[in-house]
Order: sequence, then structure tokens, then C-alpha cells
Amino acid sequence: MAGKDFWKRHENLYFAVSNKKVILGVTVFLAIVALAIFGPMVTPYDYEEFAGRGYQPPSKEHWFGTTIMGRDVFTQVVFGLRSTLLVGFLAGTIASAIGLVVGFVSGFFSGKAPDEGLMALTNIFMVIPSLTLLIILSAYLPYRGIATQAIIVAATAWPWTARAVRSQTLSLKSQEFVNLSRISAAPTFRIIREDIAANMFSYVFMVYILQFNGTILSSVGLEFLGLGPTRGISLGLVLQNAVNWNALHLGMWWWTIIPGLILTLMIVSLYFINTGLDEVFNPRLREM
Amino acid sequence: MAADVILDVQELRAYYRILKGDVKAVDGVTFQVRRGEILGIAGESGCGKSTLAHTLMLRKPPLTHISGKAVFLGQDIMAMGKETFRKRRLQDISIIPQYALDALSPTKTIGTFFADLVREHGLPADSAFFERVRERLRFVNLDPEVLDKYPIELSGGMKQRVIMVISTILNPALVIADEITSALDVSSQRFAASLLVELRDKGIIGSAIFITHDLAILYQIADRLLIMYGGHVVETGPVETIVHGPRHPYTQALLSSLPKVGVQIKDQRLEGIKGTPPELLNIGPGCRFRARCPYRTQRCEETPATENISPEHSIACWNYRDIGGEQVG
Amino acid sequence: MVDRKQEPILRVENLTKVFSSGVFFRQFTEAVREVSFEMYPGTIMSLIGESGSGKTTIGRMVLKLLRPTAGKIYFQEQDIATLRGKAELREYYRRVQGVFQDPFSSFNPLFRVDRVFDMVYDVFLPDVKDREERTREVLRKVNLNPERVLHQFPHQLSGGQLQRLLIARALLLDVKVLIADELISMLDASTRMGILNLLADICQSTGMSVLFITHDLALGYYISDYTMIMHRGRLVEQGATAEVYHNPIHPYTRMLFRSVPDIGHRWDPKEKFVPEQVSREIAEFYASNSGRGFAQVSSSHKVLMSLD
Repeated sequence: MAGKDFWKRHENLYFAVSNKKVILGVTVFLAIVALAIFGPMVTPYDYEEFAGRGYQPPSKEHWFGTTIMGRDVFTQVVFGLRSTLLVGFLAGTIASAIGLVVGFVSGFFSGKAPDEGLMALTNIFMVIPSLTLLIILSAYLPYRGIATQAIIVAATAWPWTARAVRSQTLSLKSQEFVNLSRISAAPTFRIIREDIAANMFSYVFMVYILQFNGTILSSVGLEFLGLGPTRGISLGLVLQNAVNWNALHLGMWWWTIIPGLILTLMIVSLYFINTGLDEVFNPRLREM
Repeated sequence: MAADVILDVQELRAYYRILKGDVKAVDGVTFQVRRGEILGIAGESGCGKSTLAHTLMLRKPPLTHISGKAVFLGQDIMAMGKETFRKRRLQDISIIPQYALDALSPTKTIGTFFADLVREHGLPADSAFFERVRERLRFVNLDPEVLDKYPIELSGGMKQRVIMVISTILNPALVIADEITSALDVSSQRFAASLLVELRDKGIIGSAIFITHDLAILYQIADRLLIMYGGHVVETGPVETIVHGPRHPYTQALLSSLPKVGVQIKDQRLEGIKGTPPELLNIGPGCRFRARCPYRTQRCEETPATENISPEHSIACWNYRDIGGEQVG
Repeated sequence: MVDRKQEPILRVENLTKVFSSGVFFRQFTEAVREVSFEMYPGTIMSLIGESGSGKTTIGRMVLKLLRPTAGKIYFQEQDIATLRGKAELREYYRRVQGVFQDPFSSFNPLFRVDRVFDMVYDVFLPDVKDREERTREVLRKVNLNPERVLHQFPHQLSGGQLQRLLIARALLLDVKVLIADELISMLDASTRMGILNLLADICQSTGMSVLFITHDLALGYYISDYTMIMHRGRLVEQGATAEVYHNPIHPYTRMLFRSVPDIGHRWDPKEKFVPEQVSREIAEFYASNSGRGFAQVSSSHKVLMSLD
């Protein structure tokens, strides 16, 4: 009895957990996260260590094979995943937070000084070629930790979120139900929570997922160019090494393809979650 | 086919085929358009009038032609290939679409729009053509320098006039005007509607089909009226007969719910029609108005056949003889 | 019959609203300019104008959704700009409500339609124990079947049903003034009459007044006792409905009546009708009557003769 009531009240949640795309996306993504968490605990090697003979294809001792120097690819991948995921998560959160605040304030005060100022700032940041900025900033810093990398990536990712949030805020402002709540003398907090935030929540959630995706790709890109964290291993670095050593040409497909596949699966699973959630959050799409 | 009929539509059926089934939006529509006439097609939202226009001119999935013919100037345009039809568009048969105001691309000047459009139809956009364009623009009371302007610089009424000029520039034999006045202010409405009549009177266009929900405007400019409800044609006849002597229960109810200037609620209370139009998804046979009809009988479960009350006046209702006429207005 | 000896329930004095956009290159739009009128209890007044006339802006200022640039609005002789604090505002909205043009936009799509009633109960009638019974009662008053509309999402209902829900919501309170902003323009002809008649009945039985904002003259004539015509932000003519219709003085009003299609008579095909002409006629009218301002044609009929 209580169970059924719970689902009735949290209808949206029910649809979220029963949507096939969401289930698939979440499963794959969680599997990769699990790999990042438990992988390093499971592997007997260290990622710098010369674990065995080089040029080994996947086997029982080396699940993902070895590099040309003899390092265990599996170990490198799982430790690298940790670093990459962490940067993506940090950067995505920072970028979303900035973008949300800027976008919401801009949209709320549209046409007035705060909007004009913030939009000018956003446009400036948007125009700067992000990869170039990333490369320059990264190259000039003598020591780059995960936090630094995250901040750099976030600095170029937030404008897009800001614009998207601003346009959603603007469209909400013109909806009559906000006005109806106002002439019902509803407390301001209720209006913000139920009318504005609730209608933006799904949007913001999906924007966050897209940000997360974007920042992971940016950081992998940086790492690939050798501008990732100065110490440690990352997914991009693994791929960079593989390419530098001509892995594919030399027949060491496991060194390039496996890490690349994991990266791809991660990005794709997040997109699946996003698409599935669109159906959840839009009651109209459900009935199609 | 009589010599003066230019469009002969027979039992036309077009459904929206979606996952859940068929939305029978146009279901057995029959009518003719005569040379030089303005035929008004009236009905409320969901009656199928816009779908009818799209079926004839702009069929796109999920809108599918199921059966029936539409013979235009001797050829069945339903059976025509896309390419063949495209060539006849604008020249012989043209549509002034709903939301025409948005049809103008904001980055092209009006003049460029004209040139592009006519070139698409394989005709030269030369000085002779533009001379004709300027003449038409003056005809609709627009300064020809509007050709150098961008759409954003024009008002709604002005854009509507530009669209009307574009749609009629090649003197089509038939123009389909789909709700061209609905988005306009009252002052522009009269002008746009009267313009259509003038274009016909001066022979610039041959005939016109004017689709709208506004019966009052049709009374001003149409020669004959066709009333649609739920995908069916319920009554057809000369405009004076339909407006002042309707025989179909829906037409009667619709007309008596129209406010007239000079009638206040304290003098005469007008009644709307209770209920809502039927859901057309996988709808079965029978009169589609029966749920809201005060004269409903068992027979109405069977789709009414169209009968002639007089040579010019036809109706689709089993019980019209028992209802009698109603002098309205 | 409008009883002019009573006190007006709503009084608008020289109301002006100027919108500014942009910070660096400021642009000013005069939406409403020096509009004055009075509303009496139990009457329906039409505010008629085309798009851009400022009629919706006036409605929103009365509902305190926009702040006037100049001028005053008095409700029961109290200046509504002086209302401060939640309690005072609540009392105002208990008496003054609105129904907007787009029924679908008026409901938060994430919630069921019941929410609009719940909000009213939460704020205005927190002590009511039998909410559902009260709601059903008021739904029946607007000819809605409670079984069919309660607990539904907005997208599952029709425009007509949603508009009736919004009127029912206003009935929960003891509304003295209802701002009806184009509330039937999105509805079909066959649905409109039902809602209009409903409004008229409510006014008769409860003494509520309605500011009926519309562009449809025929509807305005049908429903209202008093008519006001707006043009480019100014109130150009106002008076008892029958009088304004039968003796329109301002050229804009005359043009409006000439353009309304009516099934009672046909337009004269020889009369060439061009919208641009109207602006010229109006300018000439103002020029030839320079300095006269507003003229009182009769006890209820007032016309704007010039802009100065």
C-alpha cells in the first residue's frame, strides 16, 4: 500500500527509473565508474611499473595487454579513468554553477544593466578559442594538478550553459502561470521553487550532463596534447602514449582501441541518459 | 465535368497516419470550384479545412492520401508526381499559407525573395517580371521600394500583402487562401479580404478557395460556402442561403452563436454549442456531429449521404426534412 | 443600466506606462499614455483595441504585474501603489483577479490542474476543511464536470475547459473586479458564447465587474454595458456601448466599425478601404481640433479630440 502511494506521489521518479534509455545509460556509466573505483584496488601492478614483457596482447595476467615498454594497460586505464573522471566532474560542476548563476540572473533582469553586463562578459568568453586558451594557460603553468586543470577547463565551458539557462529563464518569464501565481499572492519562494525552478530543473539537469561530457572531452584533449596534470596518469595520456608509439601501426590494437572504446562508451552512455530524461521530464512526450 | 468547373474533388480521404492509428482528418470530401468564383470553406478548429488545403497542395507525412480524386484543369493532382505538380504550382494553382507572415526569410530582401521564387519555377527574373511586380505592389497599395526592404521592416498587414502579391504573381487559375486574415488586426482584415475579391474581379486570379473559421468575413466576400465539421462536409450552397437559411443543425447552431453588432446580451441571449468536436483518431462511421446534435436519431449512427435540397444547396443529414429551416440574422 | 450615482469600484487616473529596453542604447516605447476611466459595480466594460494599443498593459497594471510610469489606480478609493506587505496584497487579490488569454500557458505543465485551486486555498482560505467539496461546487457553477477535469494534467484538457477552470478559480474568492484579457480569442466560436454568458450571469448574481479586454467589437457589443476604444496607447473614445456604436466620433472608432464583418449587412464593394488612410485621417482630426483635449459628448460619452 505504502509502496504504491510512494510511486504515485513521485510520479516523475517512477518514469525516470523505468525508462529504457535511462536504465541503459546509467548501467553503462556506472560500470565505467565502478571500473575507476575498484579497478585500481584489484590490479596487482602500479601504473608506472614495468609489469612484464612489452608488446603483449590481452591475456590472463594482463587483461588489457601491455604497452611497448611492458607497462600494464589495464592498470594505466583504471588509474587514468580516476583522474579523467575527477577532472570532468569538478570542471563540469564549476562550469554549471557559474553558468547557472550568470544565466539565471541575466534572464531574470533581462533588458536591464545586469543582463547587458553579464551577456557582454559571456560573449567575450565565448569568442575566445577555448582550446587555444587551454593550451596557453596549461603550458605556462609549471605545475598542473587536477584542480588546476578542472578550473581551466571550466573557465571556457561555462558561457554555453549561461546562454542556455538565460534563454530558458526568458521563456519562463513570459509564461502566464508565473503571473497567475503572482496574482494568487503566493509567497515568492513558492513561485521560484514550483514555477521557475521546477520547470528549469530538468533543463538544468540535462545541461549538467552535457557539460560533464564536454569537460571530459576537453580534458582528454588537453591530456592528449601532453598538457594534462603534470604528475600521474590520465586516459588522455594513455592514448597519447599509444599514438606516439604508433601502437596501431605496430599491431598493438589493445593499447589504443580499448581505452578509446571506454571513453566512447562513457560519453555515449551520458547522452543516452540525457535523451531518456527528456521523455521523463516532459509529460507530453510520454504519451506518444 | 461541366465546362465551368476548374477543380472537382471527389470523395477525398486523407488521414494522418501515426503510431496509434489513423486520424481521419479529411474523410470523404466532395465539392467543386467553378471558374471565377470565391468558395468559402468554413469550420472550427479540427474540422479538417486546413488539412484539406495541405492535402491538395503540400502533402507531407504523416498526412497520407488514402483515396479519392482532385481533378484540376483536367488532371488528377492526387495522382500527379511530385515534380510534375511542383511545376504547376504557383502558375496554375497557388496557396497563400497560414502564418504567411513567417514565410519570409529574415535575411533576404523582398526583392530577392521574388527573384528566387520565380527562378525556382524556371522563369526569368528579368526587368519585365519586376515591372509586373511593381505594378502589383502598387495595386495592393504598397510602395514598390518595399522590394529593397527586409521583412522585419514591414508591419503584419504589409507582409500579408506582399505574400498575396507573391502568391498571385503568375496569375494562377486557383488560389487557396488558408486563414490569411486570422492573424491580422481588424483594419487589415477588411483590406486583405477585399483585395482577394479585387484580384478575382480584375482577372488576375481565376478562382479562390478562402478557408477560415470566420463566417462573417465569408459572408462579405464568398459566392458559395462549404461548411465542414470533423472531417466531413455538412452543408454547401450559395452564401446567402447558408448564412440566412441554413438547414444543417451544426450550421444553424454555429450561425446562431455568432454575435452581431447591434445585438446585446440583454436583448437576445446567444447560445454556444455544448460539448467538443469528436476525437478523429480511428473514428468509426456515423455523423460526426451526433454527440452534440439535438435532433439525433438512431439513423445517425450511419454516415449521412449528401443530398440536394435544391440544385445549388446540398446537405449531409438524415433528418433535415424534419428540422425545417431557420431564418437567421 | 449603469448607476452612476454609486462610487466607482475601480478608478484609473492618467495612467501612463513607458517601457525602456537596453542599457547602452536606450529605447523608449510608450505603451499607455494618460488613460483615465472609472468602473462601477456589476458592470461589464470592454476595452477594445488592436495589437499594440496598450490594452493588455492596462490590465496588467491593474493586476499589479507591472508598475505604472505615471498616474494612479484606485481600488475602492485606495491607491493600489500604496499597498505594502503580504497581508495588504492578499486582501487586494482577494477582490481583484485576472484570467489571461492563453489557457495553456496559464497552467504549470508539471502539475495537475488542481494546483491552481490549492494555491488559492493555501493563501486565502487556509481554514477551509472540505476543499474538494468546495472545488466541486465551484466547478459545477461554471458547467464543468468535476469527474472529467479534476486531477488531470493541463495538456489533457481543452482550451475551453481550462478557461472555465480559471474562471472557477476566481469564483472561489469574492472577486469584485475581474480582468478578462482576451480570454476567448483562443477558443472556437461555439465555445465562446458559453463562457461569455457565464461571465454575464456571474456579474448579475454576484455584482462582480469585468474589464473585458478584446479586439473583437462584435463580442464587445454583445457583452458590455460600457465601451472604451484604445489606439496607440491612448483612450480615444469611451461611453455607453449603444451610444458609442451608434454615434462614433473619433475617426479610429469609425474605421473600426467599418471594418467589422457582420452577417447582417455586406460591405460596399465600391468603398475603397486602405489601413494607411486611417493614420492620416486621425492626424487630420487631431490637427483640426487642436487644443480641445477630451470632449464630453454626453453624460457618459467622452472623445479624445486632440493630443494637446
